[in-house]
Amino acid sequence: MDLTLKVWRQKNRESAGAMVTYPVKGISPDMSFLEMLDVLNEDLLRSGQDPIAFDHDCREGICGMCSLYINGRPHGPERGTTTCQLHMRHFNDGDTITIEPWRAAAFPVHKDLVVDRSAFDRIQQAGGYVSINTGGVPDANAIPIPKTIADKAFDAATCIGCGACVAACKNASAMLFVSAKVSQMAMLPQGKVEAKTRVENMVSQMDVEGFGACSNTGACAVECPVGISLENIAIMNREYLSAKATSENIA
Amino acid sequence: MNWFTKTFSSTIGRKIIMSITGLFLCSFLVVHLIGNLQLFKDDGGAAFNIYSHFMGTNPVIRTMEFVLLAGFVFHIWDAIALTRRNKAARPVGYANSHPEQNSNWSSRNMGLLGTVILVFLIIHLYNFFIPTKTGELGPVMIDGMEYDNLYVKVVEAFQNPLYVALYVISMIALAFHLIHGFQSAFQSLGLTHKKYTPFIQKFGVAFSVLVCLGFAIMPLYFFFFL
Amino acid sequence: MILDSKIPEGPLAEKWDKHKFNVKLVNPANKRKYDVIVVGTGLAGASAAATLGELGYNVKAFCFQDSPRRAHSIAAQGGINAAKNYQNDGDSVFRLFYDTIKGGDYRAREANVYRLAQVSVDIIDQCVAQGVPFAREYGGLLANRSFGGAQVSRTFYARGQTGQQLLLGAYSALNRQIAYGKVKMYPRTEMLDLVMVDGKARGIVVRNLITGKIESHSAHAVVLATGGYGNVFFLSTNAMGSNATAAWRAHKKGALFANPCFTQIHPTCIPVSGDYQSKLTLMSESLRNDGRVWVPKTVEIAQRLRKGEIRVSDIKEEDRDYYLERKYPAFGNLVPRDVASRNAKLMCDEGRGVGASGLAVFLDFADAIKREGQPAIAAKYGNLFDMYAKITDENPYENPMRIYPAVHYTMGGLWVDYNLMTNIPGLYATGECNFSDHGANRLGASALMQGLADGYFVIPYTIGDYLAQNPTTKVTTDHPAFKEAEQAVIAKNNQLLSINGTRTVDDFHKALGLLMWDYCGMARNAEGLKFAKQEIRKLRDEFWRDVKVTGVNEELNITLEKANRVADFLELGELMVDDALNRNESCGGHFREEYQTPENEALRDDENYAYVAAWEFTGVGNEPVLHKEDLKFENVKLTQRSYK
Repeated sequence: MDLTLKVWRQKNRESAGAMVTYPVKGISPDMSFLEMLDVLNEDLLRSGQDPIAFDHDCREGICGMCSLYINGRPHGPERGTTTCQLHMRHFNDGDTITIEPWRAAAFPVHKDLVVDRSAFDRIQQAGGYVSINTGGVPDANAIPIPKTIADKAFDAATCIGCGACVAACKNASAMLFVSAKVSQMAMLPQGKVEAKTRVENMVSQMDVEGFGACSNTGACAVECPVGISLENIAIMNREYLSAKATSENIA
Repeated sequence: MNWFTKTFSSTIGRKIIMSITGLFLCSFLVVHLIGNLQLFKDDGGAAFNIYSHFMGTNPVIRTMEFVLLAGFVFHIWDAIALTRRNKAARPVGYANSHPEQNSNWSSRNMGLLGTVILVFLIIHLYNFFIPTKTGELGPVMIDGMEYDNLYVKVVEAFQNPLYVALYVISMIALAFHLIHGFQSAFQSLGLTHKKYTPFIQKFGVAFSVLVCLGFAIMPLYFFFFL
Repeated sequence: MILDSKIPEGPLAEKWDKHKFNVKLVNPANKRKYDVIVVGTGLAGASAAATLGELGYNVKAFCFQDSPRRAHSIAAQGGINAAKNYQNDGDSVFRLFYDTIKGGDYRAREANVYRLAQVSVDIIDQCVAQGVPFAREYGGLLANRSFGGAQVSRTFYARGQTGQQLLLGAYSALNRQIAYGKVKMYPRTEMLDLVMVDGKARGIVVRNLITGKIESHSAHAVVLATGGYGNVFFLSTNAMGSNATAAWRAHKKGALFANPCFTQIHPTCIPVSGDYQSKLTLMSESLRNDGRVWVPKTVEIAQRLRKGEIRVSDIKEEDRDYYLERKYPAFGNLVPRDVASRNAKLMCDEGRGVGASGLAVFLDFADAIKREGQPAIAAKYGNLFDMYAKITDENPYENPMRIYPAVHYTMGGLWVDYNLMTNIPGLYATGECNFSDHGANRLGASALMQGLADGYFVIPYTIGDYLAQNPTTKVTTDHPAFKEAEQAVIAKNNQLLSINGTRTVDDFHKALGLLMWDYCGMARNAEGLKFAKQEIRKLRDEFWRDVKVTGVNEELNITLEKANRVADFLELGELMVDDALNRNESCGGHFREEYQTPENEALRDDENYAYVAAWEFTGVGNEPVLHKEDLKFENVKLTQRSYK
């Protein structure tokens, strides 16, 4: 099939960008969206033009590297799908497809469709861990965890950190991402020890990074490629409130 | 800043204030609606005038007036603060965006709905609250006591189709504001549970519709039936 | 050069404990005076960086991805082995050791593998303490499943996302050290050269992938945890960015490359659908627990199926050949990967393959769904089934999956001794980057085990031994060795940018991949390998004559990144062919058609090839020099592997 692409091109962080139109021809419906972009990039290269920079790595939907705001939706029109797992059979011959980078103050554009998501790393560094050193830990079966809790914690832990939640949110809020880690840890006995400082520090860092607040529109959860639930946000709010009310931290 | 101001100036803290003040304002709506139901009593406004007199003079109610004012102020103040922050969080928007495919219109437009309600509130206060304080209302005798005749003021106001339209439209805005806001408040406060959340959501919708319908009927009643 | 594996003396079971006692220690106050560079932040790298930071060393960690959490370990699906014997089914450290040695077709070092089995139990404890949400039973204890090449259930798992959960655990430990300031993290930074001073590894030259800036970093030791080189084949289950550049450039600086021809072809991948295909997707081996592999019994039925004259459901039960169950009744569908892959190829070579190309076999869940119900199967493999449906647009609950082998893992890698140090003092290689533990074939759920064993429990001990024997004196990056390396890197980039030819990097990469797959893939023979060697050389010459790389170095330049990687693949590919040609036997993933039993099983030659082939670089286009490390088997008897 033949398509028209409107792609955001931006040379680097400092320069201004613009949407540029490219026709692509002979796309197979079995191609993935990124393979379609590969085809375009090969064409651009052959004609001596700068190929479009976009993030991608595993192309299996698990590394969270791919992004792209496609036709007004993060990761495109299919629910529960990353861009790399989106196939061209979901588009029609003759379609015009707009492709933009994630938009958020906390995610500045490096180039074209590549954004800087290091804010997510800094939030995790603020407390997304259990403070134990290697070695000297109890036997794995010394801490029985009810299957229901383990499963729920797992559901939260599947977040791939792609940033679609931020991209989808009208406020560019990172609440779903942050809450996934906070609630995973808060549910598990291993994480309970530091639950209060964790939520305080991670939320504080989230605010420092310049993400917006949560308006509970639910767009994040709808667009999340791995189905992280809104319930995590409620859990984080609860954890935050109770931590602020009862922690010894007065700073 | 100490821990307290830090907490309530954080994004989550502000949402907590929004929720608490929002739910408090919901409770005000209930009281206000029940009181205003006196308007429908077929006694020439006697019950309504006695009720409004009580509301204007009772010390507990007078005190609560300030709490209510504080509720509005914090709700609006935080809404402004959050909106400014949220706008700043996305300085460059999308060329093509389809939020309608992942969220409800009302949930995305709480600020707009809130602004409509605020404009309404100012007009509403100008219509019925200010006159009770400035002594411009005419007197009426009920059971040998003299009362301010607010009832007449209400009846007069709602003969004006512009006011009626404004009130009805505002109540529609309020209903949408509440449909999202009511259940959203519970989410922001972390009050969710597999067992209770579905009920809260349904109750929220029913509450929003019934309360706003209750208010909207009043101008329509006076316009069409009196 | 004499290769000293430095395997400690004494009985197998005591070697590691004795060694841990014998290694020199760095006193806590001195640890902060030593700098360590860790390249790569997958399981092996992140765990090493975090643990070394915890111990007190100053660590600099590098990854080319935008976050350490995205390293390709994240894509591992099935699970991680550990000799916990929680299932009371007869597992033990020795059994895990034995299975791994046997699974590797007796081409791995006994001492390394035994240590791996020993520390496997600590890994599970560590991960659980970090909050890794492993699958659990209703009683709250950990669940296990079985995996290819083993008859016990010793695989711990987190649905089909075990690698992700383990990596996020290691990433969280790494984050903690970053927050403490003990680890300085450099994402989107690619190592382009190793720097040696006085014969020791003292630093690296990197390119900032955003600005293009070439920078140097110095340290007292360098750990390479940069993964495998499966992307030599272009199409593999590796991530698009997975590359051999760090390891290969260390090789060019003198580090020996061991057993490069040992590549693992994974039997359960989604078949190729077109020539635009950019990568292949793995379906976890755990699927073989419940899925049954089959092809039509006759070529005629297969042909009719391929032409669309009949449907799968039209093929009667007696016309289906469950060939793994037929040929290997003891292990059935759970034979090791090399055996399963080779048999799939055999079936397709016979003309009994399915799918449009005829290059696929069925993996059928109909019986399992009938037995356990669809919800139970969905609970176990839901995400894998979804992935399959997304890619192929077919519903695997209704129709059998079509699978075909694909390049997945490379057992070969930088040669390391028992301490995981290469022959270059101060240069370590961990995880898939080294060659050490899997012999000629890796068992499922062992890669995660090895990555974390190396990073959490081996390197932290052995690197201290080296550092304790070296002064704390630092070298600055102004040292001539750094400047020289930087200049070389800049010159190479400039050369790539100046060719301005007609063929794209991907073009060359695809051509190389095809050569490697056809002649150095699932089956190899001397004639084909010799041909491939010539072709690779031609292709490499053409690359340097005719490749097109646009843009400049001083920007985010995806073409330049790729060109550097493919330039190295074009050299490494030839070494793989050389190694395959040298090894006149079949073992594990290395199947030389000339050496097979009458039943088409791999025929080893223990007399002549029970050694590690470690190759020394002598210049591009020159013949590499082979160094042999003889493998001694004192605790297992070398037999022909049988899974019948």
